[in-house]
Amino acid sequence: MIQPHPVRAPRALPRVWRRLLRNGLGLFGGVVVIVFVLLAAFAPLLAPYDPAEQFFDGLTLEGSPLPPDGRFLLGTDLLGRDLLSRLLYGARISLTIGLVANAAALLIGTLLGLLAGYFKGVVGGAIMRFTDVMMAFPALLLAIALSAILRPSLWIVALVIALVNWVQVARVVYAQVLALSENDFVTSAQALGARRGRILFKHLVPHVLPTMLVYGTLGISTTVLLEATLSFLGVGVQPPTPSWGGIISESQSFFFTAPWLVAFPGLAILITAVSFNLVGDALRDALDPRGR
Amino acid sequence: MLGYLASRLAQTVFVLLGVVTVAFLITNLIPADPARMLAGRQASEETVAGIRSQLGLDKPLYMQYGRYVGGLARGDLGRSYQQRTDIRTLLLSRLPATLQLTAGGIFFELLFGIPLGILAALYAGRALDKVVMVFAFLGVSAPQFALGLILLYVFAYRFALLPLGGYGTPQHLILPALTLAVTGAGWYARVMRGAMIETLQADYIRTGTAKGLARRRVVVKHALRNAVLPVIAMIGLDIGLLMGGVVVVESVFAWPGIGQLAWQAIQVLDIPVIMGTVLLTAFFIVLGNLLADLVYPLVDPRIRYG
Repeated sequence: MIQPHPVRAPRALPRVWRRLLRNGLGLFGGVVVIVFVLLAAFAPLLAPYDPAEQFFDGLTLEGSPLPPDGRFLLGTDLLGRDLLSRLLYGARISLTIGLVANAAALLIGTLLGLLAGYFKGVVGGAIMRFTDVMMAFPALLLAIALSAILRPSLWIVALVIALVNWVQVARVVYAQVLALSENDFVTSAQALGARRGRILFKHLVPHVLPTMLVYGTLGISTTVLLEATLSFLGVGVQPPTPSWGGIISESQSFFFTAPWLVAFPGLAILITAVSFNLVGDALRDALDPRGR
Repeated sequence: MLGYLASRLAQTVFVLLGVVTVAFLITNLIPADPARMLAGRQASEETVAGIRSQLGLDKPLYMQYGRYVGGLARGDLGRSYQQRTDIRTLLLSRLPATLQLTAGGIFFELLFGIPLGILAALYAGRALDKVVMVFAFLGVSAPQFALGLILLYVFAYRFALLPLGGYGTPQHLILPALTLAVTGAGWYARVMRGAMIETLQADYIRTGTAKGLARRRVVVKHALRNAVLPVIAMIGLDIGLLMGGVVVVESVFAWPGIGQLAWQAIQVLDIPVIMGTVLLTAFFIVLGNLLADLVYPLVDPRIRYG
């Protein structure tokens, strides 16, 4: 939902680095992202318990979840499983889908945007009219319908999200390529007899890379939120696999007696989404040729 | 202007037809059988075949498509598989709740987003700006379903200030509308900040300051008016975001609107209802874009129709 504006290929990488490191919020986001990735990667070592183990002493005598205490640091869920361990393993799901789905969306979007922008004419027109349609299509409904029908696994959910999220990227890349292809370096490459594929990938793609980097990072935030929403609605990754949205969904009925079961996973989603947004925003500022 | 309007309207119709086609393909090419779903697991093959032919699902796809689009042209959206009710009636009965929720959402988005954005712009680069922008980032990144549940816990359960869910009085609207607004409020705050900073750098603002006008007068009389209107004119572009949120928020708060209808229909594969809700939502999104395109040049004369 952030206004697309062109980011140019940087001439001086060190300058970009300097600007990035000066952005306090972006730096903070970056550190959090790294910490979360490490937590997810080393979940089996870090998790205090097996995320699937249902503890006999993990529930109260009335059978409701335990609040956070010394033994279960973030409390237990409605089956007496350790919430912290489930959150750590859930991070793997969220981040995997965030990376895979977003990489796929980025790839589809960039490729179609490049083609549409470079070939214009019938091909470009057709691609862009299709993005018009997809922009009007209620994305969440599309994702819900697709994953409800396809009986979701991790990869199906990633695929569904990619099918929904490529549109924005395609439009930004398209606008950029359209502007670029008027430039002298493209015309002269054509005049020199360069093949179209070469012009596309050798001359145009490097200019689009910064945009891809920015949208790729911001997109992870959107993807993590979308995955959590799908899981919350019960059409995401299926239980017993722990996913953050799924934990909240399972806990809904126990919510008033065990609010931590919504608060902690909710916080995990929020922190992940914010961090990627902060990094993406910092990247955009650092790569913006108009910036100082 | 008229020519522009005509071409934009034609484009709108084209886009909606595209949405119908995509939605039709998705719901019909799926490896699931609505007739089997209706008949139940135990039903015999004959019963399922009977239902299939009764719903017209045994016809070739292009005939089904032709029949659907033909119906649309006459304003007929078909009937629900599950309840046999007319879908136009069904949608119209759910529409007021969703419109109310959306209006409430827009109200809170502007109520928080615009002043916060202005505040951040006036203190650009300073601590207050940073704090506001952190909140804007948090808003944009908040999972609405979790936020809705937490608001329910605090305001409806713990302090019992507001009803737990359902629909009817203005009190019922507050929490769902707030939840729906959180993403958009963050978005407006960012856009408003940008627009205000840009306006404050304009020549006429410098002139105002140079001729000795009070800062308050320059900001309120000159900058504010020019910066706020274009941002508010963007409401139309916001509809897509809101419509996505509606499904989630209606599910959390048991709000009897279009989003809830869509979600229920998806669970039982009631394809005509899914189609109807998708189409209605797309209609609002396209209408919002059209309105934004038409209103924007009116409030910002630098932008022209074209």
